Parts: sequence; C-alpha cells; structure tokens
Amino acid sequence: MLSYPFMQNAYMAGTLIAIISGIMGVFVIARNMSFLTHTLSEIGFAGAAFGIFMGWQPLNGMLLFTTVSSIGVGELGAKSSRRENSITAISALAIGLGILFLSLADSNASYATGILFGSVIGISRANVIQMMILSISVLVIVMVIYRYLKFDSFDPIGAQVKGLWTRTLSVVFLVLLAFSVSVAAQIVGSLLIFILLTLPAAAAKYFAHTVGMMISVAVAFSLIGVWLGLYLSYMTNWPVSFFIAVIEVIFYFSALIYQRMCQ
Amino acid sequence: MTESILQLKQLSFSFPDKKVLTDLNYDLKRGDFLSIVGENGVGKTTLMRLILQELKPTSGSLEFLPNRQAVPVGYVPQFRNIDVEYPLSIQDFVGLNFAKVGLPWLTAKERARVNEILHETKLYDIRRRPMGQASGGEKQKAYLAQALLDQPSLLILDESTASLDPVAKTELLDLVKQINENQQLTVIFVTHDIPLARRYADHYLFLTPGHYEAGNIAELTNEKVGAMNNA
Repeated sequence: MLSYPFMQNAYMAGTLIAIISGIMGVFVIARNMSFLTHTLSEIGFAGAAFGIFMGWQPLNGMLLFTTVSSIGVGELGAKSSRRENSITAISALAIGLGILFLSLADSNASYATGILFGSVIGISRANVIQMMILSISVLVIVMVIYRYLKFDSFDPIGAQVKGLWTRTLSVVFLVLLAFSVSVAAQIVGSLLIFILLTLPAAAAKYFAHTVGMMISVAVAFSLIGVWLGLYLSYMTNWPVSFFIAVIEVIFYFSALIYQRMCQ
Repeated sequence: MTESILQLKQLSFSFPDKKVLTDLNYDLKRGDFLSIVGENGVGKTTLMRLILQELKPTSGSLEFLPNRQAVPVGYVPQFRNIDVEYPLSIQDFVGLNFAKVGLPWLTAKERARVNEILHETKLYDIRRRPMGQASGGEKQKAYLAQALLDQPSLLILDESTASLDPVAKTELLDLVKQINENQQLTVIFVTHDIPLARRYADHYLFLTPGHYEAGNIAELTNEKVGAMNNA
C-alpha cells in the first residue's frame, strides 16, 4: 500500500493533520469553541470554492477566508451574548458563498465532494510540503505561547487577574485554529474537520490527569483514527472521512462509558 | 515606623449613574492585615478594581509606594470558572501562574517553587487531585497558592471565604495569617463576615454608601457596626 506515492502523501499529510488537530483540539475543548470550529470549517468550504473560482489551490482560498474571518470572530468575542447568533449568520453566508463560487467556477461535482468530504488521492507532494510548513508554524507558535494559552484556556479568570493579554491571545489562537482547519480539511474535508479538532480531545479529557497528558492522549486518538482510517479506506475503497468519523466517535463514546464506570 | 505600600488620597469614584466612593483616605502599611467590610453595593469590589488598576479614580489618587512595580499584587477572586471535567491537577493549576513565553513545561527551579508553595499551603499531599474533585476549601487554598506563586507583597482576598463552611474558613485564614506574620505579607481581606474580620485583621475599613470609617480592628464593636449600617 505504501509503495503508491499517493498513499505515501496521504499518510504524511494525515500524520501532520492528526498531530496538530490533537493539540489544538485540547484548547478548542477547553475554550468551548467546538461550535466556532464547525463554523470555521464552513468558512473554509467557501474559501476553497473561492480558490477554485479564482484558479488557485483550494488550500490558499481556505487559508485566506478562515484567517480573515477568525480575526473578525475574535473581535466579536468581546460581546459574547451576540456571538452565537453572529456565528450562525456567518455560517449561513459562508455556505451560500461556497455554493455560488462552485457554480461560477463551473467545476465538476467531484471537485466539490473533494472539498466537502475530503479525499486521499487528491494530495500531491507539493500539498504535503505546504501543509508541513503550515503545521510546523502552528506547532512552533503553540509551543512558544503554550503557558499563556494553557492559563487562559483552563483558568480564564486567573489569566485575566494576572493581566495577561487575553484579547490578543484569543485572536492569535483563532488564527492558529484557522490554519489547523485549513490543513485538516485537505484529508477529512471541510464538513468533517470538527471531528478531528474536537472528538479526540473531548475523549482524552476523561483519560488524563494533567493537561500534558490530555494532549498526548488526544494526539494518540487522532493518529489512530487517521492511520487506521486511511488503511481501511485503501482496503475497502470507501471514503476515508467515514472511517475517521466512526473511529473517533467510538473513542468518544467509549470515553463516556469509561467515565460512567469510574464514577 | 513601618513603611507605606499603598496610599489612597481623597479617592473618589463614580459610575455614570452612581457615585460609589467619596474622598477615601487610607494609608496601607507593609505587613498590615486590613479587612474591608460593608454591605453589598457600597463599593468594595470597585475599590479592588481600582487597586488592580482595572478602573481609574474619578478624582483623588491611589498610589503604590515606592512605585507600582515594587508592589506585586496577588488577587484571589471568590469564583473561578473551572470545568469539573478538565484534567487539571491542583499542582498544574498552581503552576499556571508561571505564564511567560518560552518552554512549554516548567523548569526544575519552577517546579521546586510550585512544590514549596504547595507545602506552605498544605496542599502537597493532594497535589495530584483534579481541581474538579477538590472541596471548596481546597480550591480556595489552590487559588491562594497560585496567587502566592510569584511572591506578591500585597495579597487581596476578595470574599474568598464567602462560600466556605466554618472549618474551611478558619483553615484558610489561619494559613493567610501565618504567612502575613512570618513573611510580612500585606493582606486586604474583603468580607461581609465581621466576626471573622475581628478574629484575623489588624485594621478595618468600613464602607457605607457615601461614607467610611477606618481604625484598629478592636474598635470595630457591634455598636459601631449597627450605627454605621443605620447611618
């Protein structure tokens, strides 16, 4: 299986995606941003469609849309009562725009399904390199600001009292999330990104006693899902996102059952 | 004579629709244990926010001596929103206060400091307990430990004992009093609980709407409290 270049690319890309999704997912869960992550994925869809319409790589369109909107959402963040409704409105607009761009671009339906549901065969070596650069950037920034991010995500009142630059931190985090969403979408598709950015971390919190351990478990769940998903997809020719979704959902519900049993 | 670390001079603060503090004067000395008492809405929280520099005085001044940098402030709020399901141990929680750019994990020196504080606040034996499973008293001690981590000269306890049972209240304040006496830590204890203030504080600052009174804690008699509240 690994003698095929497209599978090598898929495994390399998948590994990167699993690692950054696992790490970012922990902060997504701690900051209660699952819903926002879902919206960013829809914005990513609009961006990818815009990319195709402009004749760019879909990933570039995605990066543009998700980054700009994450900064916008960060600004909305201060008025949290309005935030949920605003996010829904942005979501609706994003899906509408995505459909418009796809139709204007006159692309075929398989291109659209590729963006929405992900694809294994669509990833080139150049894509892998670009994803690698993005993932490493995200990882380095997260490592450098890790202590701030951890304080602000797990004890927001304490971080505020300490006088941390919580507002800037929120925007930086959202931009990192935008990068992660764009990278992850390449393999699981924009409709299912939130699987990797929320479920492994949501399951991991029941198995861990420290934040560091939660990150390790989340990365492990996410890697198992992606590796096993790619393998099963190769063997059965069924979509990879289906397998990843099923595996992560199994992890999540097993975690809930485990937690019930422990109580 | 003991040095001053915080001076309030003719300090007044008004919200657009309400005057909260009027011409407040107070000279806070190093090592003092000051209790700020008064009913809800008299401006206790506003005064804390002024000290934390989240608000600016409408008139008058609030000055740290010799300067703001020389007086690091540790603040323990009454509530924190910490999800019970988060895998955040007491030790992890205390260490959060080492927030700076750099290594994601704590250095050996920082870990030693966390352990030192955990011993001091009597949390060391339960350091691995998740915050979500800690009792109210243990949580307040962890908040205290986190605030003490970067060696404040001024510690503010903002209604920290309000939701605790009598035993946990005593435990927490015994601990704070001990650190206050041994390390000359200045403490501001904001509370509704006058008997508790009498037991631990050296001085009091009693706020009522538009008025205040300050003095030695022994002067805060029941008659005075009654008279102030009815004034």
